[in-house]
Amino acid sequence: MPMIIVLSAGVIGVLVEAFMPRRYRHVTQVALALVAFVAAFVQILRLAGETELIAVSGSVAIDGPALFLQGAIVVLAFVSVLFFAERKIEAGGNAFAPSASSLPGSEEERILVRDRVLQTEVYPLTMFSVGGMMLFPAANDLLVMFIALEVLSLPLYLLCGMARRRRLLSQEAALKYFLLGAFASAFFLFGAAFVYGYAGSVRLSEIDAALTARVGQEGLLLAGVGLMAVGLLFKIGAVPFHAWTPDVYQGAPTQVTGFMAACTKLAAFGALLRLFYVALGGLRTDWQPMMWAVAIATMVVGIVVALTQTDVKRMLAYSSIAHAGFILTAFVAVDELALSSILFYLATYGIMTLGAFAVVTLVRDAGGEATHLSKWAGLGKRSPILAATFGLFLLAMAGIPLTSGFVGKLTVFNAAFQGGAMPLVIVGVLTSAVAAFFYVRVIVLMFFSEPAAEGPTVAVPSPWTTVGIAVGAAATIVLGILPGPLLDLAENAAVFIR
Amino acid sequence: MTFPWLTTLIAVPALGAVLTALVPQGRSRLAKQVALAFAILTLGFAVAVIAQFDLGGDRFQLTEQNEWISALGIYWALGVDGIGVALVGLTAVATPIVALAMWPEAEESKRDPKVYFALLLAVEALTITAFVAKDLLLFYIVFEAMLIPLYFMIGMYGGPQRRYAALKFLLYNLFGGLVMLAAVIGVYAESADAGQASFLLADLMALDIPVETQRWLFLGFMLAFAIKAPLWPFHTWLPDAAAEATPSNAAFLSGVADKVGTFGMIALAVPLFPQAAEDFAPVIVALAVISIIYGALLAIGQTDMKRLIGYTSISHFGFIVLGIFALTDRGMTGSTFYMINHGLSTIALFVIVGFMISRRQSRLIADYGGIQKPAPKLAGAFLIAGLSGLALPPLATFLSEFLVIVGTFEEYRAAAVVATLGIVLAALYILWLYQRTMTGPVGEENADTRDLGLRETIVVAPLLALILAVGVFPRTVVDVIDEGVGPTLSDVGVEAPDPLVSVTDQAAEGDEE
Repeated sequence: MPMIIVLSAGVIGVLVEAFMPRRYRHVTQVALALVAFVAAFVQILRLAGETELIAVSGSVAIDGPALFLQGAIVVLAFVSVLFFAERKIEAGGNAFAPSASSLPGSEEERILVRDRVLQTEVYPLTMFSVGGMMLFPAANDLLVMFIALEVLSLPLYLLCGMARRRRLLSQEAALKYFLLGAFASAFFLFGAAFVYGYAGSVRLSEIDAALTARVGQEGLLLAGVGLMAVGLLFKIGAVPFHAWTPDVYQGAPTQVTGFMAACTKLAAFGALLRLFYVALGGLRTDWQPMMWAVAIATMVVGIVVALTQTDVKRMLAYSSIAHAGFILTAFVAVDELALSSILFYLATYGIMTLGAFAVVTLVRDAGGEATHLSKWAGLGKRSPILAATFGLFLLAMAGIPLTSGFVGKLTVFNAAFQGGAMPLVIVGVLTSAVAAFFYVRVIVLMFFSEPAAEGPTVAVPSPWTTVGIAVGAAATIVLGILPGPLLDLAENAAVFIR
Repeated sequence: MTFPWLTTLIAVPALGAVLTALVPQGRSRLAKQVALAFAILTLGFAVAVIAQFDLGGDRFQLTEQNEWISALGIYWALGVDGIGVALVGLTAVATPIVALAMWPEAEESKRDPKVYFALLLAVEALTITAFVAKDLLLFYIVFEAMLIPLYFMIGMYGGPQRRYAALKFLLYNLFGGLVMLAAVIGVYAESADAGQASFLLADLMALDIPVETQRWLFLGFMLAFAIKAPLWPFHTWLPDAAAEATPSNAAFLSGVADKVGTFGMIALAVPLFPQAAEDFAPVIVALAVISIIYGALLAIGQTDMKRLIGYTSISHFGFIVLGIFALTDRGMTGSTFYMINHGLSTIALFVIVGFMISRRQSRLIADYGGIQKPAPKLAGAFLIAGLSGLALPPLATFLSEFLVIVGTFEEYRAAAVVATLGIVLAALYILWLYQRTMTGPVGEENADTRDLGLRETIVVAPLLALILAVGVFPRTVVDVIDEGVGPTLSDVGVEAPDPLVSVTDQAAEGDEE
């Protein structure tokens, strides 16, 4: 199974860390990660052709949505590792601190930087995290879902704290993410316990059966559903559980932010969909109002707060919150159309987010990445191609036609509309209009402003990053003009096995 | 398989845009030439399309239909009716003229001109697609996508306040467009309910949408079109965009690209939601009349020539919308004809004002005076373009304005009477503008104003020739337009009061009065 490939690659990665001489480690780890992702992807393709199955004594479901999301996660993780492997822009180092345990600003750190020590633990950590992300949308019972949640989260907490520059900020982000994430996990587990108490099983299909069979004790069930929703909505960054997003996105190394923003959201939405559609579909009239409220709050708060941001990474963080809101509009419809539109949206969203964050890594000044928006002024004059690429990603996020973002928006709003959530669509289009303002503001800044006197330089990346960004930009355009194949794929995949 | 004329007509400028953008840096002259060549080539194809348009033939001709995104029922479906063919002609004629007029506007010293010309061709391709699209989503996509190149054209090459104007232009239109998106999805959901989910216009028009739903969807569409057209009170972006964009860009924007808004009203809003269109017609007629008077009054008060022309456009768009929502045969024919004539006269006015600005580097009326002595040809061209703008017979605008008012009079007497005031005010703002800039004592700074050069003559001559030709022989154009208007109105359920042919006859009588 693809998950086993990725997780065992992670284990091998740990062994490599332990026994391989330091100078070969980086190459080996990168190669190992890339090979593992390719192998996993091939395996996913093979599975996709076969019949669906529920494996591991019923606790893992390999069905359309799971495979679609796993495939998307593996592809995005592959590109993320290309970005992680970038060594040219930091003069021999990569984006991570040479040793995460060295004190920021200490003599030890200085020596490590001088010796160009490369930290390679990120790769096994990434592999474990990806393994968890692949398991998350496939988890067919609440305990496996919780385990997957932890497997994907714990390595991410570490990855967030490993930035090479601005390490204190990065460590603060990691701690914040860890504390809040631990809370959210605890909520999820607590909720799972309640639901177990109600249904007598943690298996999703049996919870579903229990919903139709039993009456009474609704309080226990609803409390459980609410608590589990908190845990999952935290991971997708929905309002009011979004407060960690901007700080963590800003503090984490930008490559990790991109990885996290793209892949975690896919995995968490997969789990959210499976939990609410498979296990709690019978209870939809009870949780739909809650999701309506969350969707509206997420769109409105995400967009309005994004308007005031002056830091590129924070702005993208709020924009990712808003995108979670757009996806939630379709979520409340609870049908196959909604499922396929969400799958499509997630795939396109992952690509453009990853691409946008990768561009951010390239705009640098003496202190590392120049993330303050004022420094981006006039970038279009100095490096038109880079600015145009970033502009493309922004336009895609704003949902301008002929980009993948437009097709994504069209499909989710369509699903929401046909699911009877017309007010959500209206809020969605209105907030989209407001969102266009801050996306376009960055474009104005890049293309129409005079360059700042001491503006940042644009680093010339290695082919790794260039290829990654180019692929992302190409996919954004191609999926905007010819989304047919991916839409068909999402449509065919949009049936949960029970 | 027959030759895909319409796809080719779209592909040629699109290809031209790409090739222009690929011209190496520093060869700006070559880039401009490539762009102009493709614009002329497009005109050639447009002439071929128009020549094949068969009067009295099918409503939609040269149709093409291929599946584009089958999962959502989206088609690459094209076809022209009489209205579309006339507007395609306008677009194809306007582009090379504008390209030639903007020759000096993007100099290498300022910004790379090739981008500017590539964007112009891109807008042309998108505009033509909008006029021939037979699929609602295809129309929507180009309707929205068009904003991006126009935004960059205004924002990168315009005047001192260009960033503000470009942003305002984009946000207004994007807002309208996104509201329309909700309505587009609404129509699609209706078609999904009816069994076959499709964006094909033919399928959508066959739907029987409940009146209540129709009203909401109609409002969603109309908001977008009223912003684009622009109709009072959604117009405030236009004067800014007109003033800050370069003159030729402003010419193309209000002369051609904005026609997509009024075209959308005729081709989409009215036939898709006939019941709602009738219900809301009085309101929209009222707004249109306000636009006419308001635009004209503000035009009189302007001190900036480009802003002035921007406000005259608002007034004229008021006439166009008035004619459409009178929902009479004459009104709608007049409106479509007006779109063509307004396109020609506005382009002429903006372009000539652009020539004046390039000589004096000022947009202010007060800086000019007595230009007709040193530059008689310039003044003459300006006068003809202006007279066309104020609808003097036998210039083309007159007939269309007359048809609109007659058409409106049949349904809304008061509106028609008030709208007539707009004609009087038009005479005032145009002639006063002429008087202040062209006549009077020659100021010292204006004494050595150059007259029209060769390039400028080539730009202006065909415009003026067309304005005169269409005015003297309106019949050809009006007949073509009638081909499209008749079926559109019968979609709405309005009976044409008279045989179609007599419209031109009556109008010709009007000419003689």
